[in-house]
Amino acid sequence: MNLKFLEDLKRDIVENQVWKAIFRHGYEDTPRNRVLMVTANVFLHLHPAKVRRHGVRMRFTWCMGGLTFLMFLVTVVTGIYLMFYYRPVAEYAYADMKYLEFDMPFGMLMRNMHRWSAHAMVVFVWLHMFRVFLTGSYKPPREFNWVVGVLLLVLTLLLSFTGYLLPWDQLSIWAVTVGSNMARASPMLGHEGPFAEFVGVNPVYDARAFLFGGGEIGPHTLLRFYILHCIFIPMIASILMAVHFWRIRRDGFSGPSL
Amino acid sequence: MAEQSKQRPTVADDKVHTWPHLVRMEFLVALFVMVVLILWSIVIDAPLEEPANPTRTPNPSKAPWYFLGLQEMLVYFDPWHAGVVLPTLIIIGLMVIPFIDINPEGNGYYCFKPRKYEILTFVFGFHVLWVSMIIIGTFFRGPGWNLFWPWQHWDPHKVVALTNVDLPYLLGFRDYWWSAACGAVVVGGYFVVSTVAFYLCVLRIKGKEFLERWGLVRFVITAMLFVTMLSLPAKMFLRLAFNVKYILVTPWFNI
Repeated sequence: MNLKFLEDLKRDIVENQVWKAIFRHGYEDTPRNRVLMVTANVFLHLHPAKVRRHGVRMRFTWCMGGLTFLMFLVTVVTGIYLMFYYRPVAEYAYADMKYLEFDMPFGMLMRNMHRWSAHAMVVFVWLHMFRVFLTGSYKPPREFNWVVGVLLLVLTLLLSFTGYLLPWDQLSIWAVTVGSNMARASPMLGHEGPFAEFVGVNPVYDARAFLFGGGEIGPHTLLRFYILHCIFIPMIASILMAVHFWRIRRDGFSGPSL
Repeated sequence: MAEQSKQRPTVADDKVHTWPHLVRMEFLVALFVMVVLILWSIVIDAPLEEPANPTRTPNPSKAPWYFLGLQEMLVYFDPWHAGVVLPTLIIIGLMVIPFIDINPEGNGYYCFKPRKYEILTFVFGFHVLWVSMIIIGTFFRGPGWNLFWPWQHWDPHKVVALTNVDLPYLLGFRDYWWSAACGAVVVGGYFVVSTVAFYLCVLRIKGKEFLERWGLVRFVITAMLFVTMLSLPAKMFLRLAFNVKYILVTPWFNI
C-alpha cells in the first residue's frame, strides 16, 4: 500500500509538463538512455556518446586533461568569490587580502583553494602534455590540437603569473619584477635588449613598459594584471579550451588502430 | 564463441558508453581530487608576506616556481637569450613536434622501442633540463643566486670568487675584433658541426630512406631546435668546468 503511494507520487512528479520540459528522457538503464544522457546534456556532450574501451582507463589518460580543466573550474569559482572582496588598487589591495583572510567567511579557505588549485593546474597541464607525448596522441589527425594545447599551457602559466602580483605583498611584486625583467631584455623591443638603440625604445616605452603600464611596477601594473588575470586571459583560454575539447570530440580519443 | 574471439575486434565492439563508464570515472577522480585539495587548503595556508615595498629588494628575488627554470638559465646566458629567445624557441619547438615527428608508430598507445629517440629527446628537454632546473632554482639557490644545500644557512655574505672569463680570452685572444671573430667562429662552428653530427646520427639510426621521407625543411627545423637545446648543457659545462663567461662578445649582444 505504501509502495502504491510512492508509485503515484513518482508518477505525479515525473509525468507532468514542467518535469518533461526539463528532462527529456527517463533514467532507466537502456542503451538509448545511456546515449541520451550524454547527447542531451550540454555539459556532458563535451564527450562523444561512446568511447574506445582503452580510452576510459586511468592508466591510459592519467586523468590529467580532465583534472586540469577541473582545476580551472575551481579557480574560476573561488576567483569570483575573491573578486567580491578584493580591489585592484595599490592602497587597498594588501588590506583587502588581510580582510579576506581574517574577516570574510571562508575567505582564507577560498584563497588557499584558489592558489593551490592554480599551482596544481600548472603541474597537471605539464603531466597532461607528457602523457599525450608518451601515447603519441599528437600524431595525425590530432596535430593541430597539440598546438592548441601548447597555447593553453602558455596561457596557464600566464594566468598563474598575472595572479601572482595581486596580493601586492613583497613576494608578489618581486617575483613579478624578476619574471618581467626578461621583457626589457627582448631583442629590439626591450630597452636593455640587443639592438634597442636602433629601434629607439626606452625604459618607459618598451615591451616591459607595455606589460607594466609604465616604466616601473606600480599601481598601474596592478590594475593591468588584474584585468589580464580575471578577464582577458580566462576569456582567451576559454575559447581555446572550447576548440581543444571540440577537436577531441571530432577526432575521437586516440588509440591503436584496430 | 570461439570463432568470434578469433576475429579482430571491430571499432563498434571496442566502444563503451560514455555514460556510465567514463563519466563515472571522471566523477570519482574529481571527487577524490577535490577532497585532497580542500584538505590541503585547510591545512596549508597560501603565503602572504609583508606589504609590497619597491624600495626593499629581497635577496634572493625569485620568480614564481614554474619560471625558475628560466631564471636558472640566466646564470648561463644573458636575459635576452635565456629569458626571451630560448622560451620562445621552447614554445615553438613544442608546437612543431607533431609536424616534425613523422614516425607512424605509437599513435595512441604507449610504446618505447619504436619511438626511443623521440621519447628520450622529450624526457631530456622536459625532465632533465626544465624540471631539474626548476628544482635547482627552488631549493638550491640562495642570496646572490649562489648555490646552497637545502640544509645550509643562507649566508648573504657568502664569498664566491668571480673568476669567469670569456672564451676568446681563455684561448689567448686579446684584440677586440679578433676576440669577436673567434667567438663567432666557435658559435657558428658549434651549429655547423652539431648539425652535421645530427645528420650523421639520423642517417645511421634511421637510414637514408627515412631522411628522404623526412625532407629538408623538417630536418633543418629539428636540427636547429635540437642543437639549440643541447647548447644549454654545453654552455653549462663550459661555465662549470672552465669558468667561461661568454663565448661570443659583440657591442650589441653576448652569448
